[in-house]
Amino acid sequence: MTAATVPQYRTTAAEIAILNKPKRNAQWWLGKVGIIAGMAFIVIYCLLPFYWMVISAFRLPTMGQSTDFWPNPASLENFAAVFSPVNNFGRALLNSAIVSVSTTLLTLFFGIIGAYALARLRFWAKGLVLAVIIGCSMFPGITLLVPLLKMFSGYYPWFPNWLNTYQALIVPSLSFGLPLAVWNLTAFFRQLPVELEQAAMVDGCTPGQAFQKVILPLAAPGVFTTAILTFIAVWNEFLFALTFNQDKDMKTATVAMYQFTGSLGFNTPYGTIMAAGVLLTIPLLILVLFFQRRIVDGLTAGGVK
Amino acid sequence: MAQIAAPVAAPKRRKNLLSDGQGTLAGILLSPTLLVLLVVVGIPIIMSVRESFFAIPSGVDENGRRFTEEKFVGFYNFTSIFANPEMVNAVWGPMNRLVNAFINTSVFTIVCVSLETVLGVAMALIMARAFRGRGLIRAAILVPWAIPTIVSAMMWKLIFDSAGVANKILGQTVLWLGDGPQSQWAVIIADVWKTAPFIGLLALAGLQTISTDVYEAARVDGANAWQQFTRITLPLVKPALVVAVLFRTLDTLRMFDLPYGLIGPNKYSVETMSMFAYQEARNLRYGPAAAYSIILFLYLVVIAYAFVALLGADVIGDDELKAVSAQRKRQRALNKAQRRSGGPGAATRPPKVRTTITSGESPT
Repeated sequence: MTAATVPQYRTTAAEIAILNKPKRNAQWWLGKVGIIAGMAFIVIYCLLPFYWMVISAFRLPTMGQSTDFWPNPASLENFAAVFSPVNNFGRALLNSAIVSVSTTLLTLFFGIIGAYALARLRFWAKGLVLAVIIGCSMFPGITLLVPLLKMFSGYYPWFPNWLNTYQALIVPSLSFGLPLAVWNLTAFFRQLPVELEQAAMVDGCTPGQAFQKVILPLAAPGVFTTAILTFIAVWNEFLFALTFNQDKDMKTATVAMYQFTGSLGFNTPYGTIMAAGVLLTIPLLILVLFFQRRIVDGLTAGGVK
Repeated sequence: MAQIAAPVAAPKRRKNLLSDGQGTLAGILLSPTLLVLLVVVGIPIIMSVRESFFAIPSGVDENGRRFTEEKFVGFYNFTSIFANPEMVNAVWGPMNRLVNAFINTSVFTIVCVSLETVLGVAMALIMARAFRGRGLIRAAILVPWAIPTIVSAMMWKLIFDSAGVANKILGQTVLWLGDGPQSQWAVIIADVWKTAPFIGLLALAGLQTISTDVYEAARVDGANAWQQFTRITLPLVKPALVVAVLFRTLDTLRMFDLPYGLIGPNKYSVETMSMFAYQEARNLRYGPAAAYSIILFLYLVVIAYAFVALLGADVIGDDELKAVSAQRKRQRALNKAQRRSGGPGAATRPPKVRTTITSGESPT
C-alpha cells in the first residue's frame, strides 16, 4: 500500500465534528425549551412572594397594602419606622443574636464530642442512643412548652422565675438544636476515613490527640455547616420565644415583628412588618448565598448517602 | 467487602461483639449530650405526662371560692373531650374543639405533604437536567427555606389580604384571612411554597446518586421515559424521599407558626393541635394543655412508627448497626437450620458464630 492511495479515504476533521454533533431535531428543542421553562418556573415560584415582601417594605408606610408591582414612590420610611423607639426592633435583633449564638456554641460543644463517639466508637447501646437523639428532634415543641411554661413562670417554689430571661430561650432551644447538631456532625465524621486516625495513632498520637490534631481540622467545614444550620433553626424559632419572653426588652426579633403595632397607628402596619421581615431574613440570605453548597450538603447529609 | 465472617476464639469476658473497650470512652463522650437531652426533653415530657392527670376543678369549694389549686383528676382531661365537649363549628361541621383541631392537623398534613412531594420531585427532575444556571436555581430554592416561618406567614398575610395582590390577580374578593375553607387553602399554599423546594433539594441529592448507566441500559432495552421514571428513578430515590417525607410529615403535624401568624389564634377553621394546646396553656389550663399535647405526641409516634415499619424509612442510616442486625439474622437462621436438621446437637444450642465487623465501611 502506498501513501498515494490513502488520502482518498481520509475523513476530515470537519466531517468528524459534524458526525459528533448531537442531533437537534424538534424533540431535542422541545426538551430544551421545557427545561428552561421549568427552571424559570422554579425561580419565579421561589422568588416572587419574596419579591412582594421586599417591594412592600420599600413603599411609603401609608401604602402598605398597595398592589402596584413597583414601589411608587420608593421610600425608606418603613425601615426608619422599624427602628423607632415604639418598635424597639434593634434590641430584638440583638436578643435574637444572643440566643442564637449561645445556643449554637453550646450545641457545637456538646455535639462535636458526642457525634465523634457515635461515628467512630463501638458500644452496645449505639442504636438506642441514635434512636433517642433522632426521636428528640422529632418531638413536638408544644409538649415541652406546657411543663416549661409552668416551671419558668414561678409556679413551683423550687424553681426561679425564668420568664423574660435569655436562658428561658437558650435551654429549650437545645431540645431541637442539639439533636440537629449531633445528627449532622455524625454524618460528617462518618465521611472521614478511619485510616486518618489510625495513621496518627501509629505515629504516636493518643486517640484524643488524633481527634484534636487530625479529625477536628478536617471536619471544620462540617462543623461550620452545622453551626449555620443550628443558627438558622434557633433564629427562626417562634413558639418558645412567643411564650417565654413577652417583655418589651427581651423579645426576640421574630416575636417583635409579629407584634408590631406600627409607629403611625394604622390598623396593620404591613409596610413596617415587611421591612422587619426583610431585615430578619437578610442575615440568613447572606449565609445561604455564600455557603449554599455547604448548606445543601448539610441538609442532605442525614437522609442521603 | 464488608464483613470478615471468621469465627474468632474470643476472650471469655467479652460479652458483646460491639464493645471492644471503647464503651467507656463512648460513655464519657456521650454523657454530656445525653444529660442535656434528659434535662431539656426527658424531664419535661415526664412532667407533661404527670400534668395531664391534673386540672383545676371547676365550681367552688365549701367557702364559696373558686378553686385555684390543681387536683389529681385521673383521665378526666382525656375523657372530658367526650363527657363535656367544647363544641365549635368550623369547616367540618359542629364538633368538639379538640376533634376539630385533630382533623385540621391531619388534613393539613395529608394535603400539604402530598402536594409538596409531587412538586418537589418535579422540581428535582428539572434541576437534574439543568446544565447551566444550577447555582442560580439552588440559591433561589434556598430562599423559601431560609425565610423564618413567621416572616413567611406575615408575607402571605399581606398577599392574601382582602385588598391584596392575590385577589387582584384573581379578579375576585376572597376573604382568605377570614375563618373558613378558603383560609385553610391560604395556609396550605403558604406551607407548600415554603417547603416544596426543600423536598426538591433532598430529592435532587437522591437523583444525583443514580448512575446514568442504569438509564442507558433501560433505553437500550426499550423503556420509554415514563417507564424509566416509575421503574428506575422512583425506586432509587425512594430511600432519600421517604426520610424527607417523614420529616416533613412530623413537621406539619406540629405546625404552629404558620396558621398562628397567617390567620391568627382562635380561628377554628385552621386551628391545629399545637395551637389549641398553646391556647389552653396560655389560659393557665395546664392540665388539658398537657393532655392535648400528649395526644399530639402519641399521634406523631404512631405516624413515625408507621413510616419506619411500612415504608422502611431508614432514619438512622448507620452501616455498622445494619451489619450487626444482619449478623443476628444469620445467626438465627443458622440456629433454626441446625434444630430442623435434628442432628446430634439438635437439643443443645449451636455454638455462637463470632464475627468482626470492620468499622466505617459499607456492608453492601
